[in-house]
Amino acid sequence: MQIRLANTQFQRLLTKALMLLLLGGCSVEPWVKPYERQNFADPIMSADRNPVSSSYMHHVYQAREGARGAEGGAGGGCGCN
Amino acid sequence: MAQEAAVVVTKLRLQTLFCGLLSVVVSTTTLAAILPEERADVMYHLYDGGGMTIDGTSLLVRKNVADTYSFSANSYVDKVSSASIDVIASGASEYSEQRDEYSLTGTYLQGSMLLNGGYTSSSENDYDAETLYFNVDQGFFGDLTTFSMGYSRGSDDVMQNGNDAFADTIDRQNYRFGLSQILTPNLMMGLHYEAVTEEGYLNNPYRSYRFLTNPLDINAGFQTATEVYPRTRTSDAATLSASYYFDYRASLKFEYRYYTDDWDIKANNYQITYTHTFGENWIVDIKYRAYQQDQAYFYSDLFSFASLDEKDFRARDKELSEFSTQTFGIGISYQIPYFKGGKYIDKSTINLQWDHIQFDYDNFRDITQNAAVGEEPLYSFDADVIRFYFSIWY
Repeated sequence: MQIRLANTQFQRLLTKALMLLLLGGCSVEPWVKPYERQNFADPIMSADRNPVSSSYMHHVYQAREGARGAEGGAGGGCGCN
Repeated sequence: MAQEAAVVVTKLRLQTLFCGLLSVVVSTTTLAAILPEERADVMYHLYDGGGMTIDGTSLLVRKNVADTYSFSANSYVDKVSSASIDVIASGASEYSEQRDEYSLTGTYLQGSMLLNGGYTSSSENDYDAETLYFNVDQGFFGDLTTFSMGYSRGSDDVMQNGNDAFADTIDRQNYRFGLSQILTPNLMMGLHYEAVTEEGYLNNPYRSYRFLTNPLDINAGFQTATEVYPRTRTSDAATLSASYYFDYRASLKFEYRYYTDDWDIKANNYQITYTHTFGENWIVDIKYRAYQQDQAYFYSDLFSFASLDEKDFRARDKELSEFSTQTFGIGISYQIPYFKGGKYIDKSTINLQWDHIQFDYDNFRDITQNAAVGEEPLYSFDADVIRFYFSIWY
């Protein structure tokens, strides 16, 4: 009985901890503030700075290689984002 | 008619050709909850290597409406002239053809969420394809984290020139998940996964495998027959990427992808790109990419016997063999000062990019060379890929 009770209490505690963690996650303070993100706005950091060119290169590789999908920064694949 | 069929013996695997261009109108969200830039691009592209010359144009236009909606349209043309090793080995002569592709997309921004959908169609004289896709991007934790997922559904019609009795289809579905994370003011990482399932006629109707005329006597030579593929294929691919910003205005990007499928192809590739700026107007990109894959379980350069039935799979596509590629690339972009900050144009660039790709096959032999059957030299070739384009932002 004690073991069962302990298990029940443990489950409740675990549930509360998970809920707190989830709620906490929603209020995580961004450790990189918006005003510190100007570097990511620079075109040279864009994952897809030249969309017509990068998608064309995916096209070149897909036609000649066996692998497909998850083409990284520029998306690619069949409608991949 | 037979000659016509022979002429187009080794067309590229067009289903993959079609798929690649979809991404031209879908840009990955690296900073959550912003619409794509309003821009227009017109590009001339050229691929030259392995006896193939493919060139054409691509035109992309994007327009945003009311800071909430974004629309884009893309037209793309491939003009193919091919005398590749597959064409030559079959005894056919050079062939030409054209593929036209059109895409439309729409994007809706709501808070930290971006909804994106699109439609693409591709057509040529013996292959038609249509794809619908849908993506969702959602920013979390003050937009430090972006989660994305998407789904695509494609339907292809496969035909064969010179054989009006042949017609088949491919049904394709893609499932995508992605995570992008800003780690420091200079570093961002991403993890993307994509599963692809296909069902239908997955081989190229013009391609053949070869087998020994007499397995006990190699000097008897070989014969060829139409390839026999499985009618289903399922693959998984995952990409890990990182982008780092240098304070002197340069960036370093790294990507690694691992791929596996139920045809036993395992592949991995990585790419490193360094981008350097000179003044306000010049951007130079230097790139290196390496790719390696194992062969499909039903690939062989030379089979001992012919296929016994439709379940006894046979393929000799070099794209399913064991091989590796290396790419060396350089690109230069120049921002034209004359068009900067104008009434109608915010900025404009003129761009030239050149990639040199080396293909080295480990078990695909060049049967156009004179040698004993099965002892021909391994095939390899180099290709140059050029993109020249003009872009404006408005």
